[in-house]
Amino acid sequence: MTEEIIIAGFGGQGVLSMGQILCYSGVMQGKEVSWMPSYGPEMRGGTANCTAIISDNSISSPVLNAFDTAIVLNQPSMDKFEDSVKPGGLLIYEHNGMTRKPRRKDINVWAIGAYDESLKMNNVKVFNMIVLGGFLKIKPIIEMGNVIKGLEKVLPERYHHLIPLNEEAINRGMSIISQENKV
Amino acid sequence: MAENLIKPENLVYKKTSVMTDKVMHYCPGCGHGTAHRILAEVIDEMGIQNETIGVAPVGCSVLAYNYFDVDMTEAAHGRAPAVATGIRRVFPEKYVFTYQGDGDLAAIGTAETIHACNRGENILIVFINNGIYGMTGGQMAPTTLEGMKSSTSPRGRDIKTMGNPLKITELVAQLPGSYFVTRQSVHTPGSVRKAKRAIKKAMEYQKLNKGTCLVEIVSNCNSGWKMTPVQANKWMEENMFPFFPLGDIKVPQE
Amino acid sequence: MKELRLMKGNEALAEAAIRAGADAYFGYPITPQSEVIEYLMAENPAERTGMVVLQAESELAAINMVYGAAGCGKKAMTSSSSPGISLKMEGISYIAGAELPCLIVNVVRGGPGLGTIQPSQSDYFQAVKGGGHGDYKLIVLAPATVQETVDYVKLGFDLAFKYRNPVMILSDGIIGQMMEKVELFEQQARSTEEPEWATVGKKPGRDHVIVTSLQLQSEEQEKVNLRLQAKYREIEKNEVRYETIMTEDAEYLFVAFGSAARITRKAMEMARAKGIKVGLLRPQTLFPYPYEAINKLADQVKGILTVEMNAGQMVEDVRLAVNGKVKVEHFGRFGGMIPNPDEILNALEQKIIGG
Repeated sequence: MTEEIIIAGFGGQGVLSMGQILCYSGVMQGKEVSWMPSYGPEMRGGTANCTAIISDNSISSPVLNAFDTAIVLNQPSMDKFEDSVKPGGLLIYEHNGMTRKPRRKDINVWAIGAYDESLKMNNVKVFNMIVLGGFLKIKPIIEMGNVIKGLEKVLPERYHHLIPLNEEAINRGMSIISQENKV
Repeated sequence: MAENLIKPENLVYKKTSVMTDKVMHYCPGCGHGTAHRILAEVIDEMGIQNETIGVAPVGCSVLAYNYFDVDMTEAAHGRAPAVATGIRRVFPEKYVFTYQGDGDLAAIGTAETIHACNRGENILIVFINNGIYGMTGGQMAPTTLEGMKSSTSPRGRDIKTMGNPLKITELVAQLPGSYFVTRQSVHTPGSVRKAKRAIKKAMEYQKLNKGTCLVEIVSNCNSGWKMTPVQANKWMEENMFPFFPLGDIKVPQE
Repeated sequence: MKELRLMKGNEALAEAAIRAGADAYFGYPITPQSEVIEYLMAENPAERTGMVVLQAESELAAINMVYGAAGCGKKAMTSSSSPGISLKMEGISYIAGAELPCLIVNVVRGGPGLGTIQPSQSDYFQAVKGGGHGDYKLIVLAPATVQETVDYVKLGFDLAFKYRNPVMILSDGIIGQMMEKVELFEQQARSTEEPEWATVGKKPGRDHVIVTSLQLQSEEQEKVNLRLQAKYREIEKNEVRYETIMTEDAEYLFVAFGSAARITRKAMEMARAKGIKVGLLRPQTLFPYPYEAINKLADQVKGILTVEMNAGQMVEDVRLAVNGKVKVEHFGRFGGMIPNPDEILNALEQKIIGG
């Protein structure tokens, strides 16, 4: 198993930490992982993205131009990465704030209303965990128990009381994600 | 007759053992030799030869490490305060000094000087100011006086195009990190004694870890100034001292 | 039991420095390596091991602080990125001339000038040819993973002290910024040794120690140069490190280092899937360079492609190694652009196989 993922959105949407949690969860499951962020001034208020790779084998390139999965959380990210999804691959997008739907017909497209769901939970900070839940529903490459262990590693100890909330967000994401195109 | 007088009990002066026996390369009449000697005597009198590390500059005193019988590092031009910072930070119990000229300390090394003093590095900076680049052949220094001739200001320093002479010692005294800042000279027996007392105080202050001490010594450069040693000292009194007045600039508030 | 963590390259490097028993780090912020000093400041190694960490007023000051501390026989280091490394070159030349050990890390970004903050390998020449003025060499280690970054901190200090020579870790924005699994070695105690060449305060019964790179007599300077050259020959004999992947049956060869080697490995896997027998040689030391290994492989393969994130620098060393035996070409992206495996494979097919 090798899963090559690009996660992209606005700075502040938790794009980078979502990739980190995914990777740490992968470590907990005994996988090889790599996480490569975009960096520099573009992060401040602009767009941010990271490449997360989770594999049973050692990982060669940490930077990629084609992905098994693209998780895009704003329009510029969809514009930039829709074409980078491998044929037959997966595109997940947050529909809030998008001005158009994905055009590709040769990939699986799933939509998630993670922002609205986070408002229902009265906590926009769990937005990225809802998205992560959606991804794990479609590609259950990491067991929930290991995701929780990953969260324990990534979150500073003073935030560990928030782990049940994050778990709930992941579960909600799993239930609200819906398919829009199937190949 | 005379040989009968040469007995240990009749000795009134001898070279400190903190100076090596190397013959100095300094020009006759130059103040460097005296400045070296009083610094070495202070190290001797304090009994800290084994705990002292010196940093030599680039300039006339580039070979100072041959004359001081203490462990020494030769720094790149202007970087002595940074090198001394590195030494003092890994050896916080030792005595560390730099010995720098005006070009080294106040031109190319201005940033290192200001920031070491601003951090309050617990080092002693001995600053020899003779208003000229001696070693490279008498070019204009940051401390060259207005109207003063040098090989790169042959018609005299024109402050309109060449800028003003820099009173970096006064500048350093403004910084909260500096602890004791003074300006001295070594051109008369009395001034030598005063300068030595200042260096000793500064060296002793290092143990207090209260900040940087800087002792400026306004000195002559009879070769660069194209004068005899006597003329040079007179010219220094008449021209250098009015612009660079001697005395303590910042003294510890005990 | 070794500790497994997921860490950024720059942070892992900083943690490795503490664990390697480093005595002092002096640095100045610059993207993409500022996490090194940030991590060190957050970790407060003064408490953990007594290590000194200081943010200097400039890269110039930082390297000269390293010079001072290294002259005291201490394990001293600095890190920066390309424009900052250019500033440090003065001090690096002095350190090499005075024959002091130290560790310098360059997390390379694209240039010239202020260039880009994105990853690059355009400082290869600067790193392996000395970089500053005068006839000198750095030992240059080129990690391709976060794990190697960690391991090379320890190895770097060991080699620096073994040869009394500055060692450079040539990382880049990819390896510095990415996170990977890393096994950390256990905390090593800081050394209490006082080498005889170090300024530690003059000991009774010995001459005073002078740390200098100045020789006013040409005869003396030539002796220093000859001694340095003999040392570099010794390093070339003992310290060449490289990795070969699938070279046993290779008809073609990629040569790439650092992050470019990882992307090239992906291209190699794609080529193999197409039935092209291509292998990869990845130099882990850039000085000393694996000339001999490449020369031997040149007897076996039909052509060699170097893949670099620069306009063609290491290719010159590969051509020296191959000495005309087979065709050697370069493929590179630069300015912060990262080559993708497709274009690397395409370059192999166009420039080497079809060319």
